[in-house]
Amino acid sequence: MASSTERAVGRSVARKDGIGKATGQALYADDLAFPGMLWGRTIRSEIPCGRVRAVRRAFDESGFTIVDYRDIPGRNVVALIELDQPCLVETDVRHSAEPILLLAHEDRERLATARVDIDYDASPPLLDPEQSSVVFKHIRIEKGDVDSAFGHADLIIEGTYRTGAQEHVYIEPNVVTAVPEEGGIAVHGSIQCPYYVHKALVTLLGDAVSHVRVVQTETGGGFGGKEEYPSMIAAHASLLALKAQRPVRIIYDRTEDMVATTKRHPSVVRHRTGVTRDGRLVAMDIDVLMDGGAYVTLSPVVLSRGTIHAAGPYRCDHVRIRGRAVMTNTPPNGAFRGFGAPQTQFAMEVQMDRIAESLGIDPVRLRERNALRSGDTTATGQVLGDDCSALETLRRAVKRSRYREKRAAGAATGRGVGVSLFYHGSGFTGSGELRLASRAAVELTERGVRVLTSSTEIGQGTRTMHAQIVADALGIPYDQVEVAQPDTARVPDSGPTVASRTCMVVGGILQRAATELRSRIGEMSPAAYFAAHGPLRIEAEYEQPDWIRWDDEQYRGDAYATYGWGCNVAEVEVDPVTLEVRPVRLTVATDVGKAIHPALAIGQIEGGTAQAIGYALLEHVVMRDGAMANSQLTNYTIPTSLDTPPIDVTLVENPYPGGPFGAKGLGELPMDGPAPALVNAIRHLGYDVREIPALPEVLLRHANGSSSSAPWSAVGGVAPSSVGASPS
Amino acid sequence: MRFQLNGRDVDVGAHPLRRLLDVLREDCGLTGTKEGCGEGECGACTVLVDGEAVVSCLVPIAHVEGCSVTTIEGVDAGRLQRAFMDEVGAQCGICTPGMIIAAMSLGANPTRREMQRALAGNLCRCTGYEAIFRAIRAADRARASVDGAQVEGAATTSTATDR
Repeated sequence: MASSTERAVGRSVARKDGIGKATGQALYADDLAFPGMLWGRTIRSEIPCGRVRAVRRAFDESGFTIVDYRDIPGRNVVALIELDQPCLVETDVRHSAEPILLLAHEDRERLATARVDIDYDASPPLLDPEQSSVVFKHIRIEKGDVDSAFGHADLIIEGTYRTGAQEHVYIEPNVVTAVPEEGGIAVHGSIQCPYYVHKALVTLLGDAVSHVRVVQTETGGGFGGKEEYPSMIAAHASLLALKAQRPVRIIYDRTEDMVATTKRHPSVVRHRTGVTRDGRLVAMDIDVLMDGGAYVTLSPVVLSRGTIHAAGPYRCDHVRIRGRAVMTNTPPNGAFRGFGAPQTQFAMEVQMDRIAESLGIDPVRLRERNALRSGDTTATGQVLGDDCSALETLRRAVKRSRYREKRAAGAATGRGVGVSLFYHGSGFTGSGELRLASRAAVELTERGVRVLTSSTEIGQGTRTMHAQIVADALGIPYDQVEVAQPDTARVPDSGPTVASRTCMVVGGILQRAATELRSRIGEMSPAAYFAAHGPLRIEAEYEQPDWIRWDDEQYRGDAYATYGWGCNVAEVEVDPVTLEVRPVRLTVATDVGKAIHPALAIGQIEGGTAQAIGYALLEHVVMRDGAMANSQLTNYTIPTSLDTPPIDVTLVENPYPGGPFGAKGLGELPMDGPAPALVNAIRHLGYDVREIPALPEVLLRHANGSSSSAPWSAVGGVAPSSVGASPS
Repeated sequence: MRFQLNGRDVDVGAHPLRRLLDVLREDCGLTGTKEGCGEGECGACTVLVDGEAVVSCLVPIAHVEGCSVTTIEGVDAGRLQRAFMDEVGAQCGICTPGMIIAAMSLGANPTRREMQRALAGNLCRCTGYEAIFRAIRAADRARASVDGAQVEGAATTSTATDR
């Protein structure tokens, strides 16, 4: 049939949602109107730890719907990995801004001014993760014989690295509307993972509803921030809506969104690395600590990805990685693009530059010497195939940025140059994809076919990219493929829209469904087949590649089906008076396997890079008594157009045979590299920075090698070079 | 309160201190103007008042009495809007209406620096701004090529000489 159709994959076709967004016609969650709708408000704890003694309502309650934990028909939990986080506080408060009471009213003014006083018995909060003995999750990865291997090292370098929390700052704050319908409840909202919300509501509401339906509306950014928290908001809106029997919308203003919702996990990572004089890594001992906040939420899996990536994209026969995620009395930290890997790879990559410095080797040469090649094994013992591109991305970024001449020019130019090499596993870790057993479907329409998945479009281009894959698998024009709105009543559970899995994993399932559909309809076009035979729907389920072996107990084996690879070269200037860091340019080489849509792929890389520049240099979550103190865009600053330097992206396409058309995961990878590249560029100018955000205060503390702790210990007579940069 | 909205006279019965943003979205049903922060930092609510870009979350409706207000639904910026689509200047799209209105203030053949300044009040968390700059340049090239058809020898290059 349509063999002459121009292929869609590999071309930057018009994105499905482009014109609606450019004209303001796209409808986001707060743009929808529901007759009789009330507005909801959440009354929250004002202390980080203690017990609620009394809740006193000091307002005229006429026209109000009021909900507390006693109104929950099912279990008072937000169901996720563990069932430990309550939807509404009963007595124990474990963090500031914890939800206690819900109000709804049709008049927003009356709602906003309703006064509720809460009496507490406060307890001393646990705020320092390094002091916490409540461990949510331990992980230990062991390869070779680390303790003996240190005996063969010429030099041992130690270091401690810290990363701060980061707020997502999706420009559209969280918003959900719950609507009672025919004995059940429908939720329309700005949601990354509709089936997560579905699961949470079923657990919360139990038999009180005949059905739960979750609909994702156009979503103004997510970045992980709308992965788990919308379950909480949807739960609140649903409780109010069921009690009022009217639609209820809860929309957070920016401050509430920043104070109450998740952040990237702050981390402390300690490295002890044994190296030979010529720069070979012989032993690595890594300790990872992540601050989980008050409840488990996603911390075990964030820690998992963080520890697996902690040894970086390097070959080393003897590696030990110990990780723990601990409780503190702060709002739970959660999913954020990169999911633990940006923290641990920041530590690894700055450690690499300190190793290079100690040995007097150029940082690029050190990385070349140790970068993973095909046939090498990772820390979990995974043997890498031909889809390994660590060296290729390194060489491309180094060449394109003219790293060598700029690095050699060094301090004389006042411009620091730093490099980072990094990788990111595509899809869920280990056996995660097998457990998810994701499904996706395609069905015939009058015009062509429709894609049915619960993967959400949150800006990254899900609709467009899925339509391209299906169009080419069927051999039909791209514009004959439409993509259904994610509505749990209509689309199968394709797993969450997270973990760099939407293209590679869900796209792969769709490719198989479309291929099956093609064989069913034979030579007819989808529209002609539909006209002749009526509806046809083909659903496919994830099939794990047969070579994958993973041991959840020992944390050994094939952690991911494949990896994306990346290299960043950052150039910075430091204002000698204010110590502000000005990023001048970032050069990025990224292996994405196959760019299904090159413009979207480049957009993901540029955007992720910018978000990581903010993480590295600007974005400082100030915590005071367990609560975010700078919860406004006025004092929590993300990169503006003036703060963002040119980002020069090179795509490398080294295909993963198991991905659709060779595609690997892409969304999170660009978050991993910029922070260490920037800090290494700052190091090149003589500032021994080992933490982010690298604010002027941090540079002031670490100027001229005045680091507080001994950064190295020499073994075998290799003299450490002075702290600061020696162009080499 | 009387003012011109997207070229038509309107009379809105609103409290004079109500935010222009709320009047547009709730009273006039124009939801293309977005709220991202409510404190004038993000620029998602940018509209034109008498041709000038303002953040409508900080403008009480009384301030626009007798003025001409233009929202994304009423702008004459088709070339820019198409370019935002073609160059993927919109990802999640929530900043896009405000971004397009802010970009309308740019003259011909803008430099990177000029674009950075013009958009400095509009936050985008998705794109890193590069694709937005590409969209603005593409729209400018399209304009220049149309103008060039009328004026012989008009410059049509605006590629990133300043990158």
